[in-house]
Parts: sequence; C-alpha cells; structure tokens
Amino acid sequence: MNTMLQAPALTAVAPLALEAVDFVHRGQPLLSDVSLRLADCRRTLVLGPNGAGKSLLMRLAHGLLAPSQGRVHWEGAAPRQAMVFQHPVLLKRSALDNLLYALAVAGTPWRHRRPLARAALARFGLAALARRPARVLSGGEQQRLALARAWLLEPGMLFLDEPTSSLDPAAIKAVEAAVDDFHRRGTRILMSTHDLHQARRLADEVVFLCGGRLLEHAPAERFFTAPDTPEAAAFLRGELID
Amino acid sequence: MPHDSALATAVALILAGDPALLDIVALSLRVSLGAVLIAALLGLPLGAALALWRFPGRGALIVALNALMGLPPVVAGLSVYLLLSRAGPLGELGLLFTPTAMVVAQVMLVLPIIAALTRQQVEALHDEYREQLRSLGLSRPRMIPTLLWDARFGLITVILAGFGRASAEVGAVMIVGGNIDGVTRVMTTAIVLETSKGDLPLALGLGIVLLGLVALVNAGAHLIGEAARRRLG
Repeated sequence: MNTMLQAPALTAVAPLALEAVDFVHRGQPLLSDVSLRLADCRRTLVLGPNGAGKSLLMRLAHGLLAPSQGRVHWEGAAPRQAMVFQHPVLLKRSALDNLLYALAVAGTPWRHRRPLARAALARFGLAALARRPARVLSGGEQQRLALARAWLLEPGMLFLDEPTSSLDPAAIKAVEAAVDDFHRRGTRILMSTHDLHQARRLADEVVFLCGGRLLEHAPAERFFTAPDTPEAAAFLRGELID
Repeated sequence: MPHDSALATAVALILAGDPALLDIVALSLRVSLGAVLIAALLGLPLGAALALWRFPGRGALIVALNALMGLPPVVAGLSVYLLLSRAGPLGELGLLFTPTAMVVAQVMLVLPIIAALTRQQVEALHDEYREQLRSLGLSRPRMIPTLLWDARFGLITVILAGFGRASAEVGAVMIVGGNIDGVTRVMTTAIVLETSKGDLPLALGLGIVLLGLVALVNAGAHLIGEAARRRLG
C-alpha cells in the first residue's frame, strides 16, 4: 500500500455527546431519550434489529438531522467529519473527478488536489479506474471510492451506515480493511451494521439500540460475552425481537 | 399540386441561397437561440434555487411558473409591447420593433418553461444527493452548480423544450417585432404573411425550412446527450 498519504498525526478529537436526544417524525417517536458520549479514537459499532434507529442515530450524530429534543454537541472544537452511506452517492463524473470535487469543496489548494486524489485512488485499489465514470463502477468499487473520498477529507470522526450490507465478501473485506486504516490514522469510527460477525471483528465498543432506545453502550468484549439486557442477549442469540 | 411545388420551392430557396431567405433564417435563429440562452442563464439557477429553498409562498410561485408555461405568446407580446411602446415605462429605450424586443418577448415565454422543468429535475436529484452533499459540507448556494451539472442530461431536454417554444411561436415576435422586411421578419412571421398574401408555396417552403432547422438542432442535442449518457452511465 502506498504511503504518500501518511496523514499528519491527528490531534485528539473532541468527544461527541448526545444528551437526552429524542427524534420524532410525523408524531412517531423514532428515538427516545438517547444519551451517548463518544470519546477517544475508538471503533464503536451500532447494533440492533431493523428499525431500531441505527441510521437515525448516525445522522443525528453527524449533524444531518437535528434532534426534536435534547442536544448533540462536541465537547471542544468540532473535528472534520465524513460519512459513508449504505448506498454510496457518487457524482456523475469520473472516479478521479469525484475525488477532486471533494477536495475542492474541502478547500484544498488546487495544485495539491490531483496528487492527493491519485494517491487515494491507489490506496483503495482504484488507480486503474481513475477515468471511469463513477456511476458505472461495481457496488464494491463504488463503496471503495466513497471511502477514498472520505479518506481525503482526513476526518477526525467517520460515520459508516451499514456500508457493507449490499456487498460481496471480497468487497466487505476491503471495506473492513479501510475502516482499520482510518482507525490507525487516528479517526474515531461510528459504524452501524446488521452483521454480528463483522461487529465482533471490528468493534472496540458496542452501542445497542432497540425500539428507538439505547439499551447498552459497553466494551465489545463485555457486550458479546455478557450483555446486560435480555433484549441484547436475545439479539445475540439471533432471536427475532421487536 | 401545392405540396410538390412547396417542396420544390423550399429546395429551390435553399439551393439558391437566396440572401433574403438567409437573412430571415439567420434572424430567426439569432432571436430564438438568444432568447433560449438568456432564459437558460436565468432559468437554470432560478429553477435550482426553487428546488433547494423552502420559503413562504414557494408553492404559489411554483404554480405560477407552471401556469406561465402555457402563457399565450400574444399575451407575452402584448405585455412587452406595452412596456416598450413610446408611452410605456421603457419607451425611451426605443426598442420596439427591433430584434432585441423580440428576444425579450421570447425570454418571457421560455423562462417559465426552463425554470419550472429545471425545478423538477433538480428537486428529484437533490433528494438523492442531499445527505451526501451536506455531509461533504456544501452550502446550498454551492449545491446549485453541482446539481445542475449532474442533471445535465435531463436539462438538455429542458432547454430543447424551451427552444421549441421560441422557434415555433409567432404571436409575440409579430406584435413586438412588427414583421418588418429585412429588420424583424423571421420565419414564422414570414409564413403568416405569405399565407395571407396567398403565396402558399413560399409559405410552405419556409415552413419546411423551419421544420428542418428545428429537427437539426434537436438531433444535434440528442446525439450529444446520448453520447454523454453512454459514456457516463
């Protein structure tokens, strides 16, 4: 893997706190009284059954949505953030131009953009596809391009919303390797998944949601061996819960 | 057989390169393409802004724009006539019965089409892009060029619809241009004149030339659009 992109050591990322967050949509409470504090450079995996509010939690934490009640705030200077979505949204231009665009938006000086984008493509195994239109890449390639775009932004915190749910095993492996790369570079990770094996592979700690409530926030080891709540225990046994 | 002679007249007119005809064709293209260009420069960002911002009265504005897509050309012509006539508020500019007045009138006809259809296209695209663009930290003004560029294939059709409206209408250019030979006579007004004079072959000949030009412009845009679509998926 190429080393042109060794990032400057990231300074400590400020903790992110959600305080008694509610989210109501059309009279339906979708998240209720969620308090969560994310600190240090940990990989936090968000688990829970479908409809538990995992995606919503990510969007609130990232600032794409505003809570109906409570608040989301950084305990210090807000770091750069990036988000990788379940279905990558790429612009209708070439893979390289997608990265150049992100750098332009981020305010990177013009003469640095091309070498940075090229290096990111190489890092994510996309160098040969630089000129290909992003929209005709395979699902796995598109997700790698989305990760390369996030990589270029040098985020202090990275959100990933079920980034591997529609990918084949090889592509999943590439995404997980990328998550590790981000983590090694000092990026805090908040990632949702419905794949328990993936969570075991990646998690430093786990946030467990069920029915719009945060039931557990625990170190991965403890969550997987001795969950506190019966819901989490049932979820880990693979039972259907609602 | 008027059809045969019309076709023969059209071919003869084109082959002869009749300077009077070429003037009329050139002016027609200048007025209509000029109007479409101006309407696109105004209408594309306007439509995109309307797709991105929520404000009181937005719904009414969208309904008004949609309704204006059906604005009768004679009404547009009359409004511009009143604005530019000697006694009107802009009478001092002396623009009535000039090609500029014709462009202004056609902009009034084309702008609502481009703005309203652009709004629809950009709104659909924005639904797909919104979260990603916000995640990248784009402000709404910054989203406008991005969304317009990514909607470009659909917007070619939007602009063609505008060009179709401009090149086909006769009422507005007739009222504000006056159909003055060699100054403001365009193909549609010439066709009206020749028909009323009873010179049907010439009128039909002009009609065929007009049809051919519109077909040419559309074919060109279609080819460009298809090539780009195939390349970019």
